[in-house]
Amino acid sequence: MGFAIERDGDLLAVSVDGQLVVGNRQEFKQLVLDEVEQGARRVLIDFSNTGYIDSSGLGALVSLGKRIRERGGELRLAGLNEDLRTLFELTRLDTLFKLYDARDTALVGF
Amino acid sequence: MEWIIASDVSEIAAVVEAVAGACVAAGFADKACRLNVPVALTEAMANAIVRGNGSDASRRVRVSACITDDTLRVEVTDEGNGFDLAAARALCEDPEWVEREDGRGVFLMHALMDKVETWCDAGHTVRLVLRRT
Repeated sequence: MGFAIERDGDLLAVSVDGQLVVGNRQEFKQLVLDEVEQGARRVLIDFSNTGYIDSSGLGALVSLGKRIRERGGELRLAGLNEDLRTLFELTRLDTLFKLYDARDTALVGF
Repeated sequence: MEWIIASDVSEIAAVVEAVAGACVAAGFADKACRLNVPVALTEAMANAIVRGNGSDASRRVRVSACITDDTLRVEVTDEGNGFDLAAARALCEDPEWVEREDGRGVFLMHALMDKVETWCDAGHTVRLVLRRT
């Protein structure tokens, strides 16, 4: 499990490798917050290599989304497979976030 | 299968992997093995460690898993006094629920399992039941 970050100006892309769960959500959240403090405003989280997300991981995304909006930015989520979409739909978080199948499509107009 | 672990969330992954692997071997549906079982069990164990035992490393969590012909039963027992499962589940009816950072764990357990039961005896136990489809 781990996170890979790419930064290009105010664009931040974070790939989540493995799971986003109670055991690593704080590391993930702090990593993104640090980048936001350093000017990242367009934030893309790529779940192409993610197995599953638990409620702690979903909560971290909600928290980050609020913080990024407060700073005038936007959070987009990409690479969600059918399983992950199920989680967002069950929790109605598909109404809160913009979800994209792939990173390329998420970057259009971003 | 049975595990007795310290109240440390880093202990969750190995147990979840073993139970999900047993479900694969027993022929449960792919999605159940990839999503339902790992997420629901992670929620139950995280609740036991963080809420039940207060992340006190000296307190233990017991996990037992049993697969019969058509059913997975997993029990997670902590040393706490339990919590109001119905109230926790009802959080999803709050209009502000979507914007909340917490309050999805119990909801997800119910959504992903066929049955969730809890009781207090020698500690607080959550039982997750998933039938093979």
